[in-house]
Amino acid sequence: MVSLPARRRLINFLSQIGSVITVGFGLFWLGWILLTLFRQGIPGLNLNVFTQMTPPPGSQGGLLNAIVGSFFMVMLSTLIGTPIGILAGTYMAEYGQTGWLSPVTRFINDILLSAPSIVIGLFVYESYVVHAGHFSGLAGSFALGLLVIPVVVRTTENMLKLVPNRFREAAAALGTPQWKVITRVTLRASRAGIITGILLAVARISGETAPLLFTSLNNQFWTSNINQPMANLPVTIFEYAMSPYRDWHELAWAGALLITLGVLGLNIVARTFFKQRRHGN
Amino acid sequence: MADGSEALGKKSNVMLRQLSDVRVDVHYVADLLFKNITRFFAFLVLLLLAGIIVSLFIGSLPAISKFGFSFIINAAWNPVTEEFGGLVPILGTVVTSAIALLIAVPVSFGIALFLTEMCPQWLKRPLGTAIELLAGIPSIIYGMWGLFVFAPLFRDHAEPWINAYLGALPLIGVLFHGPPMGIGMLTAGLILSIMVIPFIASVMRDVFEVVPVLLKESAYGLGATTWEVVRNIVLPYTKVGVVGGIMLGLGRALGETMAVTFVIGNAHELHASLLMPGNSIASTLANEFTEAVGKMYTSALIELGLFLFLITFIVLALAKLLLIRLSRLEGKGS
Repeated sequence: MVSLPARRRLINFLSQIGSVITVGFGLFWLGWILLTLFRQGIPGLNLNVFTQMTPPPGSQGGLLNAIVGSFFMVMLSTLIGTPIGILAGTYMAEYGQTGWLSPVTRFINDILLSAPSIVIGLFVYESYVVHAGHFSGLAGSFALGLLVIPVVVRTTENMLKLVPNRFREAAAALGTPQWKVITRVTLRASRAGIITGILLAVARISGETAPLLFTSLNNQFWTSNINQPMANLPVTIFEYAMSPYRDWHELAWAGALLITLGVLGLNIVARTFFKQRRHGN
Repeated sequence: MADGSEALGKKSNVMLRQLSDVRVDVHYVADLLFKNITRFFAFLVLLLLAGIIVSLFIGSLPAISKFGFSFIINAAWNPVTEEFGGLVPILGTVVTSAIALLIAVPVSFGIALFLTEMCPQWLKRPLGTAIELLAGIPSIIYGMWGLFVFAPLFRDHAEPWINAYLGALPLIGVLFHGPPMGIGMLTAGLILSIMVIPFIASVMRDVFEVVPVLLKESAYGLGATTWEVVRNIVLPYTKVGVVGGIMLGLGRALGETMAVTFVIGNAHELHASLLMPGNSIASTLANEFTEAVGKMYTSALIELGLFLFLITFIVLALAKLLLIRLSRLEGKGS
């Protein structure tokens, strides 16, 4: 090996050390946050959390209504956002080669993907809650559904574009009309990728707090009425963590651990599922 | 097919033709329907954006007509006398995001450099996953951790030091004066920086990988060090994309709500010191919106939301345009 001038070697060495340090810096925070979550969350995580309602301060209780409410709203919002996202993404990938609509939508969609979620909450408040006259679980689902759309649009479009054109040509050569080519061939071929996108969208909205503050609000009690304020995990965590009561803090940590495990678990499942399916094909 | 049967002109064939026409028509209609349904939903995404802007604008009309342009430069925020100005939260948003970028950009660059140029193959996936996990943690968790774990430690160990040393510096010293409270603009900026690192780092990694291997190998072949390759080949080639990634992180930082709400202190006060509590647009909304009484109060808050949306829209649009330019460059190169 030709020896380099010392100065160049030193600069290179320093930059590499710096680079390793930054990686350590990133991992350090990840480790610290996860460690804190487990240390604080596990003591509070008992059966009561899953079987009892949110308590008033100073008494025993759990997070049952919040967990169920969150679950319900996430499901409903996925049902609202997914079809819209898939159809819009399909247009952009299959019909969007010409015309202005597809590139403009792609641009706007990418912006909506990173737009502040609290503004989405504000939008649903202005356009729905004000007119309905009350906060409700339905409004919360709308807000979360609006967050699902851009994620699903993005993955649907990307996955459809990965489908080789010869699939479309082969189907068309058999006389298949285009709508059938799309629904029976291309969408089916990209199923794994689209499901991954939906899972990632669910992971994203499960932890969202800001858009729920002005839409579903929160509820100390059990409700199955979609037109009432509905309890949900993120806002409950927020209220309990900001409160001065120790037992509420403990419940908040337990809820935080639950949510994080759920979100990170979904992320990992989505990625491994996609990898397996892609290698399987 | 339809033309062929027409030429024959026999009765049975006419019947056949009509039958096949019906089938063709069904598919024709179905095709048209399907295309237009999907087109409608693509259009709906655009409508969503327009809807957000229009509804926020209508909501903030009372505040806009009462306060006019002075809203941006007025630091008053008094719900009792209904006098509202957005200066404190707007400034708070800008300052915390700036702190976040100041820390996150070099760190993300280091991480991207490590992942693309130095990392052994077996470590790439786990490290990439770890960075993605950091991005996946919900922001409320960052907030709780910041309030209960980070802020007390920061107050007891870091802030006295910052006060004594950085506070003694000329000119910028005034930024670091103040009682150690743990919460405040600096803490909010620090936690924001951790949150945007994964976003910036993953974009930087992606754009670094766009650099043609041929270019890099030629430089290595001439005896360049890793740093020299990055400095003279990778960065010049990808600078548009790198800036795009930074803007994307900025867009995230500007709109981040929950983490900031926990640790910024939520005070409508203007301080020169970063150690003092402040407010950002998003945290003001999160704290006050549901409790706002009176039309003017609500309207002023919605105007803040409109501002936030417009600022992030511009930042993210710029980020997008820069990244598109890089991918065009890539298309030309190959």
